[in-house]
Amino acid sequence: MIDWPLLSVIIFLPLIGALIILFIKEDELTSINIKWAALLTTLGTFILSLILWLQFDYSNPSYQYEEKFRWFDDFNFFYHVGVDGISLFMILLSTFLTPLCILASWNNIKKRVKEYMLSFLFLETVMIGMFASIDILLFYIFFEAVLIPMYLIIGIWGGNRRIYASFKFFLYTLLGSVLMLIAIIVMYRNTSSMSIEFLQGNYFSYNTQLFLWLAFFASFAVKIPMWPFHTWLPDAHVEAPTAGSVILAGVLLKMGGYGFIRFSLGMLPEATEFFIPLIMTLSIVAIVYTSLVALAQTDIKKLIAYSSVAHMGIVTIGIFLVNQQGLEGAMMQMISHGLVSAALFLCVGVIYDRMHTREIEFYGGLVQRMPLYATVFMIFMLGSVGLPGTSGFIGEFLVIIGAFKFSSYVVIGAAFGIILSAVYMLYLYKRIIFGNITNNKLADILDINTREKIILIPLAISVILLGIFPNLFLDPMRLSLEIIITNYEIANAK
Amino acid sequence: MKSPMLNNIYNIFFIPEIFLACSSFVCLLFGLFLKKNAFRQTSNLAVFVLLLTILLVYYDSESNFANYKSLFSHSSFINFFKILVLLGSIASIIISKDYFLGIKLKNFEIPILFLFSTLGMMLMIASNNLMSMYLAIELQSLSLYVAAAIKRDSISSAESGVKYFILGALSSGILLYGFSLIYGFTGSMNFDDISFYLSKYDNLNLGLIFGLVFVMVGLAFKVSAVPFHMWTPDVYEGAPNSITGFFAIVPKIAAVALIYRFCLVPFENFYLEWSQIILFLSIASMFLGAIAAIAQSNIKRLLAYSSIGHIGYILIALVAANDYGIKAASIYMFSYMIMNVAIFGILLSLKVNNEYLINISDFKGLSKSNPIVSLSISIIMLSMAGIPPFIGFFGKFYVFIAAIEQELYVLSVLGVLASVISAFYYLRIIKIMYFDESISEGTINFKISFQSKIILSLSLFLIICFIFYPSILINISASLTI
Repeated sequence: MIDWPLLSVIIFLPLIGALIILFIKEDELTSINIKWAALLTTLGTFILSLILWLQFDYSNPSYQYEEKFRWFDDFNFFYHVGVDGISLFMILLSTFLTPLCILASWNNIKKRVKEYMLSFLFLETVMIGMFASIDILLFYIFFEAVLIPMYLIIGIWGGNRRIYASFKFFLYTLLGSVLMLIAIIVMYRNTSSMSIEFLQGNYFSYNTQLFLWLAFFASFAVKIPMWPFHTWLPDAHVEAPTAGSVILAGVLLKMGGYGFIRFSLGMLPEATEFFIPLIMTLSIVAIVYTSLVALAQTDIKKLIAYSSVAHMGIVTIGIFLVNQQGLEGAMMQMISHGLVSAALFLCVGVIYDRMHTREIEFYGGLVQRMPLYATVFMIFMLGSVGLPGTSGFIGEFLVIIGAFKFSSYVVIGAAFGIILSAVYMLYLYKRIIFGNITNNKLADILDINTREKIILIPLAISVILLGIFPNLFLDPMRLSLEIIITNYEIANAK
Repeated sequence: MKSPMLNNIYNIFFIPEIFLACSSFVCLLFGLFLKKNAFRQTSNLAVFVLLLTILLVYYDSESNFANYKSLFSHSSFINFFKILVLLGSIASIIISKDYFLGIKLKNFEIPILFLFSTLGMMLMIASNNLMSMYLAIELQSLSLYVAAAIKRDSISSAESGVKYFILGALSSGILLYGFSLIYGFTGSMNFDDISFYLSKYDNLNLGLIFGLVFVMVGLAFKVSAVPFHMWTPDVYEGAPNSITGFFAIVPKIAAVALIYRFCLVPFENFYLEWSQIILFLSIASMFLGAIAAIAQSNIKRLLAYSSIGHIGYILIALVAANDYGIKAASIYMFSYMIMNVAIFGILLSLKVNNEYLINISDFKGLSKSNPIVSLSISIIMLSMAGIPPFIGFFGKFYVFIAAIEQELYVLSVLGVLASVISAFYYLRIIKIMYFDESISEGTINFKISFQSKIILSLSLFLIICFIFYPSILINISASLTI
């Protein structure tokens, strides 16, 4: 296949771009150079990551593009990266969304452009690195390093309550992940290995598994986020700049789901079996409760933030069904949510840039002035609702099919949530798009410009593509998921 | 291969310490007879002397210590910490030079005091006998008392010196009383003899337990572990910034090495007795360091509480009392020294309206006027908070490995919780620099000499790039024996 370290290049290319940007002088004239440098770097990364997909061997369930170097001399810690069917699309999602984020911030970030782009490029490196790690210590380092750029992005370029939101985000997620550090060290102590691949062979006694599972749960449940650990999310989303929300919803939430699949399911199968009822309960509460909360929101971003929690509830149900449909559905839902919620935040960003408010009441009748905007917004809105033909449908449908094998109560809960999601999204759409323009300030609002088209149209295409050709995405991940399920069943059959 | 002549030099007993002692006197005379620039020249000479001492420590061999075995010991652990102390002294002398010149405090005695206290610390780390240990502690403390009060016309400096002296003398008294109890009940002052004597018994008698507790109190005072930390914030605040830098960087290293050696050599077999004390000191230090720092508005007080917190983590590794613990301690102390050198290097060069920066709120707007400086401060703060990928994370990581290897699960969980609390105040500094809109009430100047710039860049380089090639330090620390 490829005889040069493609994956490492993808991981570290944004960092190299960041180093170059560090040496570009920033003033009125040169800030455009910084933006272009950042855009080109991220585009380059995206193109390289497409090679990952094109050259991906569908019949190979284990890690591909593996690279392994000894890192610490005293312990078995390696710089060990690779891609399998589960991480492939997470990496693609990160590389796809980052250039869009850079574009989305092209005009509305006016202060500290250099630091902004540095944060985003550093963020891209750690996101890709996290999904590509096969060594847990490496994973952990990337997992926590994500907090640094995100803290800065929310805190420096965010809204009025940005300081509160950034601290809450940082400390909340840090609290979760430090417990994971302890769990990782305990794992290492028991097995003398930090390889994710190796640890998926079920080496822990039942009681150890329970504690390890709780420690991992603490960090992933905060990250994904599950009710009742979700309270940092609405604050972070509302206060973050548009691009920050996009990355937060698009990629960072998936770190939790990815972690559940890799660690909880893969390494701690018996404990997972024990905790499945807990997860199901929390997920259903999350879906119904946050959907109802979303219905009552007056801030568009907050509404989408709560809808994220509800959608992630579907993901956690899918993951912990531990069957083929459930896991595939969860993966599809994660990818779909990554695209759709990112796009919705971008759509909110479009009108926020023009009017500087996110109050739903302020808007109304946008279709009169912005027909194109109304169209793309509708595609994403329907994607979020899960209309057949859009990406959202595949994920929700698969999860519900999977849930029938498990319990019909779960199906009822999930289906109820899906109906509620239609309610709040359609209601939102009606309030801001339809009707006549009643607010005079909206009288000369402009439709989306070329830059915004470049951002939104690829997203719209991929949402529909995902809805029509789901196999394009399901085939590469199928074998990797099957292995996890088989291991899980073998461990629990014992 | 060493040449024969060099070989002879290295064979002289105890050469690094003797060299340092003699050169300190030479420096003293040198400074005395210089008419102009006495301070600057003496500082340069002191740095040179310390560099030579590092070389001697690096090459000296065990045989040199054979005759001194009863008073001083020799091991790779001791040598590692001696080198850390020497490096810390060199760095703090260099970064504080401009500060002293800036506040017109040009007493050439300052570098000499640093030299003597460094000598005391080297002896302290190497001591293998209660008596030599006490004398070494006194040598380093007396130099530091004077250093704290060196700015004679400043009330706060004098206050901090006196406070340090009185509390230090009290703790020395307690320490000495503990020593006398241990001597009285074991009949020996030598660590090895005490260890041999104690190996015959299963548990300590009451007198020895009292002795142990008294010594622990004295040592806890020296490392400023809670509840014997009260002097630290006041002394840090009152002393001139550069002296505070020295306090933060160097004596802690020596005191930590000493407390390790004292617990693990003579009282090796009585783990249960001393580990309870250390366990409490550790938890209390971590949490008090984390919580008390939140309310501080003075950066020196904040760093004082931060150092108390760091001591808590080091003590976790001591409670673990295994090979990993020693390794963790050396990595943690290395990272602690590097981070403190870096932060004091910056603080000693930052001026707001021609006053050296003290209040945390003065950082406001720093990210606009000095982006590189504020980026560096942010990196140091994140590293101190233990956020990867910086060196501070690896220090904590090794500490927790040591603790979990010993199955100290509760202690490790408490440790990580305290680290989350402490992350708050480190982040607060970043917040003040970056998030707060700057109210331009003062102009911030960053002026730094070439030498300090090298030290600063080197330490920042180590903080950031440690992750790429950790093996050098890890291999050294893995080979250490106490």
